[in-house]
Amino acid sequence: MAKLSDLAPKTKGKIVKVKGRDAIHRRLLDMGAVSGTQFEVEKKAPLGDPIQIKIMGYHLSLRKYEAETIVVTEANEEL
Amino acid sequence: MRKQLTIALAGNPNSGKTSIFNNLTGARQHVGNWPGVTVEKKEGTCKHNGYDIKVVDLPGTYSLTAYSMEEVVARDFVIKEKPDVVVDIVDASNLQRNLYLTTQFKELGAKVVIALNMSDVAEKSGLNIDVKMMSQLLGAPVVPTVGNKNQGMKDLLDAVVKTGENKNRFGGHPIGYGKEVDPEIEKIQRIISEDSNLVSKYSPKWLAVKLLEGDSEVIKVAEASPVWQETQLAVRKCQNYIKGHIGEDAETLIADQRYGFIAGLTAETVQRPELERLSISDKIDKVITNRVLGLPIFLLFMYALLKFTFSGSEFMVGWFEGFFEWLGGAAAAVIPVGIFQSFIVDGIIGGVGGVLGFFPLVLFLFLGIAILEDSGYIARGAFVMDKIMHAFGLHGKSFLPLLIGMGCTVPALMASRTLESRKDRLITMLVNGFIICGAKVPIYALFIGAFFFKSGATVFFLFYVIGIAFAVVMAKLFRVFLLPGEAAPFVMELPPYRVPTIKGILIHMWERGWMYLRKAGTIIVAVAVLIWIGFTFPQEPKYSRDYEAMTAQIEENYTHQVAPIAAGFGTEVERIEESEVFIKFLDVDTNFSAAVGEAELEEDSEEYAALEKEREVSFEKLKEIYPEQAGFYAQYKTLTSAKDEQLAEIENAMAAEQMERSYAGRVGHAIAPFFKPLGFDWRSSIALLAGFAAKEVVVATYGTLYSMGETDPEAAGPLRQAIQKDPLWTPLKALTFMIFCLLYIPCFVATVVFHKEAGSWGWTGFMVLYTTALAWVASFIVYQGGMLLGLG
Repeated sequence: MAKLSDLAPKTKGKIVKVKGRDAIHRRLLDMGAVSGTQFEVEKKAPLGDPIQIKIMGYHLSLRKYEAETIVVTEANEEL
Repeated sequence: MRKQLTIALAGNPNSGKTSIFNNLTGARQHVGNWPGVTVEKKEGTCKHNGYDIKVVDLPGTYSLTAYSMEEVVARDFVIKEKPDVVVDIVDASNLQRNLYLTTQFKELGAKVVIALNMSDVAEKSGLNIDVKMMSQLLGAPVVPTVGNKNQGMKDLLDAVVKTGENKNRFGGHPIGYGKEVDPEIEKIQRIISEDSNLVSKYSPKWLAVKLLEGDSEVIKVAEASPVWQETQLAVRKCQNYIKGHIGEDAETLIADQRYGFIAGLTAETVQRPELERLSISDKIDKVITNRVLGLPIFLLFMYALLKFTFSGSEFMVGWFEGFFEWLGGAAAAVIPVGIFQSFIVDGIIGGVGGVLGFFPLVLFLFLGIAILEDSGYIARGAFVMDKIMHAFGLHGKSFLPLLIGMGCTVPALMASRTLESRKDRLITMLVNGFIICGAKVPIYALFIGAFFFKSGATVFFLFYVIGIAFAVVMAKLFRVFLLPGEAAPFVMELPPYRVPTIKGILIHMWERGWMYLRKAGTIIVAVAVLIWIGFTFPQEPKYSRDYEAMTAQIEENYTHQVAPIAAGFGTEVERIEESEVFIKFLDVDTNFSAAVGEAELEEDSEEYAALEKEREVSFEKLKEIYPEQAGFYAQYKTLTSAKDEQLAEIENAMAAEQMERSYAGRVGHAIAPFFKPLGFDWRSSIALLAGFAAKEVVVATYGTLYSMGETDPEAAGPLRQAIQKDPLWTPLKALTFMIFCLLYIPCFVATVVFHKEAGSWGWTGFMVLYTTALAWVASFIVYQGGMLLGLG
């Protein structure tokens, strides 16, 4: 188990859960970051933050400290 | 009477909602605000199958929580206004996340028609959607549409009318929240249903689910219910059950289940291609927000945008100037000379022309921004810039309002609405005025032209940079000291790149441009009239000198001096222009002037020199015939031009004194002490005061003050020379003046809009005071510092 913020670009994985109980938590859920959702880390912004992931077929950007609240499993961990 | 139907358009941002709204309503649109909040409300009408359909465009949202104004507005409209049909626009190429909102409308108990939009894009990418099956599973008609190509609108309206007539509520399968939780939800529903008043307004299922989620707005409503205690107990029990048995909080579980429902639905109705190809949009994105190229590309786009704005609008600025010049001239020709003519020509046409002169510039900027916005780049700009903006206490999305601020602060303040957090919005609005707006440009053009001409472009650019520097530094200070706290989330969709439609861009551009225009139509006319009155009255004040006597004296001297010359032509002073010989001499000059005027020659051009030579030759010829009179004529010319000059001087002095003693002048004198430490005299004081009304007026006011008559702010050549020659002005004073203009209060309209957007007198007062204080202090430091360094 890792945090989304720890993953390097090009990594794929599945979301386990989103921690916290605030507006960010809620927004992430609404945007599809629910357990079992597959994602791919696409890139970091030129200055390193925010990051961009692909989820449910669309692109989502979020800051690193927001990505820290998302618990994930890397795709290769499942193998 | 025709039958009426009200429909609400709902959908995610970037789902193509706007183009469908435009297709349905055409030009029959009305833009306003939702009551009580600064969220834009668009309404329109259309006709279909004997129905008059009112179309209300709900804000684009991803969900219906209580966390954002937009989402509360959208759900309150559906609950309270009970539209006959909710048209939910769903992006077919991004089904899962889009249907998430659909499931919530379903729970809300609305009658929904689903527009499966951009179905062509989905098809092209290899998605095969079973529309019929989807309709059945969702229990709502699903209509494929292509909004940006205006396809499927008739089918959509057919479905809308049918659904509107059919009294059934949304059928289909309700979302299940799991075997264990569903009975608990039903229990809560039963308890709430005892309050018949409450459930006549809200669907019990929706109330139950929202209470489980801990929705703050719904809790507020339910707290007033007589069954609240019982309900609260059941809700707590259910929440604890979920926590204990499933290990999740209720909010997460509900979102999980909704997405689970959607996953099931799409598994049955959507066939995906075996191999997902990289779309063109993804390929573009690989380059544009690239780690290395991302920032240079951003800067390139910003440079291109400004270049486009300033170079592209040049020709149109010329048209506008020409038009107002013509209009002023035409009005002057029709209306007899006098106070009324001055009112129309100088007051109204001059004032409005000053504002509209920059309209093309603003319009081009907004056109450029609309293209960037509709193509999907603006979100990328926010993505690239967020780290920097965040470091200064702003949000990545703040860069759009700041960019629009280069055109006009009014739409810029309104664009701050895209920021979700009130703190981010306030900070962005508080610093927006430091961005040089279109109306301030002529001030810089005038003073840079007069004092820093050699390195004009650099100085101008420097002022932009100073403005931006003030904006970010003040933003940081506000974030640290005034509005501390967590920044709003940057959880944001990066929509696919799209080729924008011309119609979409033009509508987008016009919406913002219109705000600028409205300002010209209302407030500026009023202000122009006020300023005109201020400078024109009292008409004949007590002058310090007797100008009339001085004029009479000059005329008398002149007659006295010309008398011997007239005698030389064999006539009297009054009849000198009837003398044949005199006319011959006069014709040489008149012809010369006419030729120069007709060809619009510059004094240093070759053609001018040639004509001058010709004149001399003609004169010499005449001189051979009338040697004596030639001498007289030369004397006459010198005397006349000297007299004209003296008269003009007196007239200018009189006009200047009239101005100084006018109401506006008195006000200028009254406030001058405030500006004295900054090196400004009463004239700058009044120009700055007028600038609070509208920045366009600053240059126009100087024009009046320097007796230039009507001054076109774009081509203020004579005014520039007058200021250059005026010993009261020094480069240091000009610099100080420009700094003050950069920082002090944005115009009156911007202040009003600020107040509307901020919604509190406290913040408005603070904005007015701090900008003025900052401008004063910064100008004081520049001026006094410069004086100490001996630059004065």
